[in-house]
Amino acid sequence: MAASPNPAGIGTKRIVVGAHYGVGGFLLQRLTAIVLTVFVLFLLLRVVFGGPLGYDGWAGLFVPLWMKIVALVALLALFYHAWIGVRDIWMDYVKPTGIRVALQTLTVLWLVFCAVWSVQILWRV
Amino acid sequence: MNSPFAASKPRPEFRNIHVSQILKYKLPPPGMVSIMHRISGAALFLTLPFILWLFDLSLTSELSYTRLGDFAAHWLVKLVLVGLAWAFLHHLIAGLRFLMLDLDVGVDKPAARTSALAVFAISLPLTLLAALKIFGAF
Repeated sequence: MAASPNPAGIGTKRIVVGAHYGVGGFLLQRLTAIVLTVFVLFLLLRVVFGGPLGYDGWAGLFVPLWMKIVALVALLALFYHAWIGVRDIWMDYVKPTGIRVALQTLTVLWLVFCAVWSVQILWRV
Repeated sequence: MNSPFAASKPRPEFRNIHVSQILKYKLPPPGMVSIMHRISGAALFLTLPFILWLFDLSLTSELSYTRLGDFAAHWLVKLVLVGLAWAFLHHLIAGLRFLMLDLDVGVDKPAARTSALAVFAISLPLTLLAALKIFGAF
């Protein structure tokens, strides 16, 4: 990530072209990782150290609107994070374009399915 | 041919390794952390619907919450949950290490090796703790 020492100035005239989708995906995968870590630690601390919850305590956590929104943001971060990771796996191991595009399409559909389902789960409480 | 190199047997070369070579290819600890990060991530991705289904059961009603408890009482389900706990813990802790490496912290070889071993030293005992909890040891 950080620039390596480059005293000779090699490569400084290189013209970087393209849409930079790769950099965007790379950075968002890191950003979503941080969001997920914070959310999971918050939830774990609450559940592990908050004493026995039972159904009322557990479901009660997700009743306030702000908590539904926070949980949904965390889940959407998870699905985007998973998309970048699984896309990388297909790009590394699956060379034929047709099969790769098919697998990537299925991955997106799978994650959108999960995203819609999680809205329904959260807003039913 | 008195060259000292003549007697030494040719060193094995691994360029683009083939699937059949994977088991013979000895990975250093950072390599183990890396491939386990990928495997645990893929496992969590594939089990997403199962995890969401558990989450759904836990929230929908008191009845479904009880049903979840009954379902999770089976030893096979407990074993799957331990597997998921390992995948999650390894992915989380190895991921924190990768974030550190992205910031250029500890990228030299000895430090990277130490932090890779630290990932296992943290994630495996935590998995054991989770397993004991899941199987009702405490």
